[in-house]
Order: sequence, then structure tokens, then C-alpha cells
Amino acid sequence: MISVLLRSLGEPSNGRATHISHQRPGRRPTWLTTLLGFVAAFVAILAVNGTAMAQNGEETVGGTMRAKDAAGEKIFVEGVEFSVVDVDGNEVGTATTDAEGVWLVELPGPGVYSVLLDTETLQGFELRNPDKNPLTGVEVQPSTNKNTLFPLGERVVGESNSIRAVQLFVDGIKLGMIIAMCAIGLSLIYGTTGLTNFAHGEMVTFGAMTAFVFHVTWQIDFLGTWMTSLAFGAVMAVLFAGIAGGLFNRFVWKPLRNRGASLISALVVSIGLSIFFRYVFLYQFGGRAGFYRDYRIGQQVEFFGLFTMLRKDIFIVVFSALVLVGIGAALSRTRVGKAMRAVSDNRDLAESSGIDVEQVIRYVWIVGSALAGLGGVLFGLTENINWEMGFRLLLLMFAGVTLGGLGTAYGALLGSIIAGVFIQMSTLIIPGDMKNVGALMALIIILLVRPQGLLGRAERIG
Amino acid sequence: MDWGSIIESLFRGLIGESFIVFALAAIGLNLHFGYTGLLNFGQAVFMAAGAYGLAMMVATIGPAANRNFGWDLSESTLFWLGIFVGVVVFPVVFALIMGIPTLRLRADYLAIVTIAVAEIFRIVVRSPTPSIKKWTNSSDGLTGFSGTFYDMSPFSTQDRYLFNLFTGNQMFLVIVGWGVLAIGATICWLLIRSPWGRVLKAIREDEDAARSLGKNAYSYKMQALILGGVFGAVGGMIRAIGFSVAQPDNFITDVTFFVWVALILGGAGKVLAPIVGASLVYGLLNFSDTFLREGVAAEVIPESIMTGTQVGQVRFMLMGLGLALLAAFRPQGIFGNKEEMALDDR
Repeated sequence: MISVLLRSLGEPSNGRATHISHQRPGRRPTWLTTLLGFVAAFVAILAVNGTAMAQNGEETVGGTMRAKDAAGEKIFVEGVEFSVVDVDGNEVGTATTDAEGVWLVELPGPGVYSVLLDTETLQGFELRNPDKNPLTGVEVQPSTNKNTLFPLGERVVGESNSIRAVQLFVDGIKLGMIIAMCAIGLSLIYGTTGLTNFAHGEMVTFGAMTAFVFHVTWQIDFLGTWMTSLAFGAVMAVLFAGIAGGLFNRFVWKPLRNRGASLISALVVSIGLSIFFRYVFLYQFGGRAGFYRDYRIGQQVEFFGLFTMLRKDIFIVVFSALVLVGIGAALSRTRVGKAMRAVSDNRDLAESSGIDVEQVIRYVWIVGSALAGLGGVLFGLTENINWEMGFRLLLLMFAGVTLGGLGTAYGALLGSIIAGVFIQMSTLIIPGDMKNVGALMALIIILLVRPQGLLGRAERIG
Repeated sequence: MDWGSIIESLFRGLIGESFIVFALAAIGLNLHFGYTGLLNFGQAVFMAAGAYGLAMMVATIGPAANRNFGWDLSESTLFWLGIFVGVVVFPVVFALIMGIPTLRLRADYLAIVTIAVAEIFRIVVRSPTPSIKKWTNSSDGLTGFSGTFYDMSPFSTQDRYLFNLFTGNQMFLVIVGWGVLAIGATICWLLIRSPWGRVLKAIREDEDAARSLGKNAYSYKMQALILGGVFGAVGGMIRAIGFSVAQPDNFITDVTFFVWVALILGGAGKVLAPIVGASLVYGLLNFSDTFLREGVAAEVIPESIMTGTQVGQVRFMLMGLGLALLAAFRPQGIFGNKEEMALDDR
């Protein structure tokens, strides 16, 4: 019985009846148009193939200085100095790594060079192969960029475990807030339409890549250089993600709802779209990771001798805290916010008390996707931008949302932050490269112990 | 454009190793989804279970046991032990991990957890941490476990068979695979006709009704999850033997989605559907893949539109688009019955 009730909660059983009465007699062409639209979009994607990360035609030598921090997380080492010497021993150029650890020296021509790393500038790291510095016999072919590798070992300075725990806790809060920002939409979409949207992660990637395209690839600046700033890129990401969410609701999910498609087939549709868009991103941007250009506020700030944060991370934490508080206030104070929660809670009751459910769903899609886009920009700022970043994040979102209670807005917030902290703190025990395993394990354990989540209502869900 | 190789690749897709692997996995998924209504999105982990069960037994666990306990198990003993571990032990463990928390809950919880388990397994197996790498060899994967299998091959390794489609070893694998597939489909057919199978269908149609008739739905769902997982494991094992390597990236989440496309294209809930579905999917994929590759190589398709590496990505795009469109417009697939099996809400 309860399951029937729940089903009516998620699936618009009486909503379906009202929609059918609105339907035009010829409804076959509607989905035919959608189908044709998809095919057209697909062809267009193949035709408009921009390679985002192009190379220049001259000879260069360069590389990326990567290392692992205390949490086992990959970081980039800024300020490492290199000098490049040709076969005759003449120095042809020097370079210093930027905030993304990248260094590049332009060469006079193809040939054999040697690269010397100034170990004084290594910021406390050690070279894993000290005898391979200088790196000799670096052959550079015509019009290529020769990549050199200087593997780094652990940072020499050790930290005590309790201090590391505080540091990881702070990192976890940051990650948790980003997850939360992305996950609110996931949870609200689930609450209002019953759809477990597996394509939500691609909205995150879409946001990050939109910002990247404006900030790095195109750099349109006909109204001034502020147009190439990351802030403008982020605004565009929010805008485009919101529009994309609205369009998806209008042209994919609303027709599906109107046709009375089951939630399961809608779920499979979302999975199909997720794969499709993930590989569209790979097709367009390639498999390499991208970084936001000149985000060079790489200084570390120390707090009470307990933990350090990059300045951009402080910005991320403060900014996302403001956004999340704003969302929380909007959900509890504004009419639309209240309507969203009402529809999530009980769709039939909300509809019968005069709330325009379709309109609420539209807002949920737009706002949820816009937030996912913004979350994508922030996630891209802390790690890197790649084609499957959203899909990776999606599983963490599921962990957070399930922990907080599927379909509840505040639950998504709380659960995601706990998940973020859990992910980072788990590296105290398990190796850093397996930290996501901790969160996914936690997801399974939560379902065993408290399947309705922390803020969900205790009722039979089955 | 070399039409010969395009046609050849089409036929390899229709009847070759990939078809066998994915047909077996889809038979398993059909038991999960088509007959019991379980949303398993982690079929890849069952396939990986088969591959790694065999590979670890022969390449790492077995030799370690020989060293530490002074046993003297030969490679062929380990091979048969590995088949048992890969087909029975690992899938049962994974099915229990997935099933115990979720089979009492609504269907989509199982979907989330199955994906999560598949990711957990993949991340752990490819971890470079020495204590794990010792057993799984990180992202390079394990090799050297398929020798016993190919030693049994009656075909010459020098010649090509079946209109030059397969080498001797491939021919042996494909014939064994066809045999396994035929046995699997028969088992599936018999099971579904049995009282046990009727209970599964009853659970799919209305779990509450099945429960009220005194059937332990939880237990039946668990049995179906395990059995379907076993079919997936057999498929994964054949895949690993075919490649002669068990590698974590051969079992990414997208592999599961390929299986789903094969099943839904054929029509969930029909015995032959997964086989026909997998054959069509791989025929079409191989055809489009080789066609585009040849087109790029012959510069019929200009490089500004598509490069060689991008061809492989188009396959996934088609797959995703196909899955979405099928689910939206023809959820019952080719053979399915819309009334009986329309991916209905459970």
C-alpha cells in the first residue's frame, strides 16, 4: 500500500490524467520532432568540431610539476625554476612553473638540449631521481612540444596526525560544499518528478567546460578584458547550464512525463543521455585535463598553525557557503522555494492546494542545473576540468544525497557536506587514490542502517 | 575504402567474441531486469568478477599459496579452480554486497548501489598501493592465465578459420563461447518455465501480491541477482581469456550500459532477446566503427570533422543515444511485448 502511495508521489499518476486531457490529438509528431532534434544535434556536434586545446607550431620544451600532498591528493608545484641548455652549453631559455605547475621554454629550433631544474626552488619536495637532473639528451623534433618528466617524491616536512586530521577536515568541508551545490538539483529533481537523473553529472561538466571555453579558449573581449575573467566565465556557465536544464525539461523530460513513460524508462533515458554527453565532451575537448588560466592566487594562508589553505580555496569555501545559505533561505522563505519543497514532499497535496506543479518542476530544473554548473566551475578550480569529472562527482552526489535523504533539499546539503568530510578524512586510514571508495562504502552502509537517510522520514521505501 | 574489411568486421561483430561476451552478460541482466525487475547497473562488476577470479587464481593467489603453504598445484589445476572462483565465489560475494542493503528498498536504490560497487571494485583493483598491486597488478592488469585454455585448442595457431575471420585460438574461443551461450540460454529458458521462474515474474509484476501469497520476495530477488551475476561472470571470463589480460579498464561502467543496450534492443523478458540484441549491437557497432575508420584513413571524411581517435568515441555516443531513444520510444525492444515488459515502474 505504502509503495503504491509512494509511487503516486513520484510518478504523476493523477498528473498524467490531467496532461492527457491537454494533449493534442497528434502526439506522435511531438516525439518524432524530439527524435529528429537529437539526430540533428548529433550531426551538428560531429560537424562543428573544435579542438579546444591547440598547439602552436614552434619547438618548445616543457612539463608539469606534480606532487602529492599530505592527503595523497595531486597538487601542482608552483615556482620551480628550469633552465634549458643546448649542446654547446649555451643557455637558450629559462622558465618558472605557474600555479598549475606548468613550465614552457621556447627553443630556437629542433635539436638536442638538456634541462636543469633548480633544486633550491622545489618548495620542500625532493626529486625522486636526483641523478637525472640535469636531464640530458632531450631530443626535440621540428614543431613539437617535448614533454620532460621530473618525478617528485613526498614532501619532506612531516606533519602530526592530529594536525593532518584538521587539515583534512577543512579540505573535506570544501569538497562537501561543492558536492552539495551540485547535489541540490539532483535531490530536488528526484523529489519533484521521481526521476533519478544520472545525467546530472554531465551538467556539472558542462558548467566547468562553458567557463573554460569563455575563459581560456575563446577569450572574447570586445567589451573589455573583464570578459575573459573566470568570474564572467562562471556567470556564463551558470546561465548556460540553467538554460540547458530548462531546455532538457521542456524537450526531453516533459514530453516523457506527458506520455506517461515509467520512471524506470526515464531513468534509462537519463543514463543514455549521460553516456552520450560524456562522450560528446570527450569528442570536443579530448582526453586531456584543462585548467583555468592565470588563476595564480596560489599563496597558502595558515590558520592558527593548524591548517593551511590556498587563497582560492578560501574563496571557494566562503563563496559556496554564501550560495548554500542563500539557497537554504530561498527554500524556506520564498514562495517558489516553499512550493518546491511542497511538491517534493507530496505532489498530489501540493497540486490540489493550487500549486502549478509543472511550473515548479521547470524552476527546479533551471535552478538545479544552474547550481550544478556553478559547482562544476568550483570543482574545476580545485581539481581540473576533464570530460568525466561530472560522472565521477555524480557517485559522490548520490552518496551525499542518499545520506541526507533522497528528495529532501536540506538533507542533500547536510549529507553532501558529511560525505565530503568523510572522503577526505578517510585518507587517514586508506590510501589517497582510493578515497572515493570510502564514500561509496559509506553509501552502502547507510542503506543498511538507515535507508531513508538522516533527514528522510522513517517509512517503508520498498 | 576497403569494403572487404568493413564486411569482415561486421561479421565478427555479429558472431565473434564480443557478441558472445555481451550476450552472456545480457542473459544475466535479463534474469535481473527482464524477469525480476532488478535495476542492475553494475553488470560490469560481475564480468570483472569472472575475469579477476580466474586471473588472480592462476597468476597471483595460486602461486602465492603454492609458495606459502608448500602446495604443489599445477597451472591447469589452478585454472579450473580459478573458473570456480570466478564463476561462483566472486559473483556470490558481489551479489550479497549489492543485494543485502538494497533489495528491500525501492528499485532505484539498487541502481545506485550497483554502480557504486562497480566503481569501488574498479578503483581498488587499479590502485597502485603495493599491498593491492601485488594481487591485481594495478591498471596494467594480470596476464598469463589463459595458457591452459589455449593448450586445449585443436586448431592450428598458424591458420585462419571460417572464411579467414578467426585465428586458430580465436576459433577455439568462439566455439567454446557458442557452446556456453547455448547452454546458458537453455538453462535460462528452463528456469523461466519452472515454478521458480514464475515466482520471479510475479515479483516483477507485483511484489506485494507475490509477498501476500507467502513468497519470500527478498530471497527470490537475491537468488536472481546471484544467478544473473554468474552469467555476467562467465561472459567477463571469456572476455579476459580472449584478450589474455584482466584489466580494470575493460570493465568500466560504460560496459554495463553496452549490456543494457543489447538487452533493451532485443527486448527484455524474452530468452533469445539478449542474444539477438548483442549480435545486432556488435554488428552495427563494428560496422560503423570500421566504416568511419576506413573513411578517415581514406580521407573521405576530412580530418577537420573527425580524427582516428575520435572514431572510438563516436561508438559510445551512438550507444548512449541509442539507449536513450530505445528507452523513450520502444522500451519493449524488437521482440518484447509492450504489455508484459515495458520497463514498467516498480
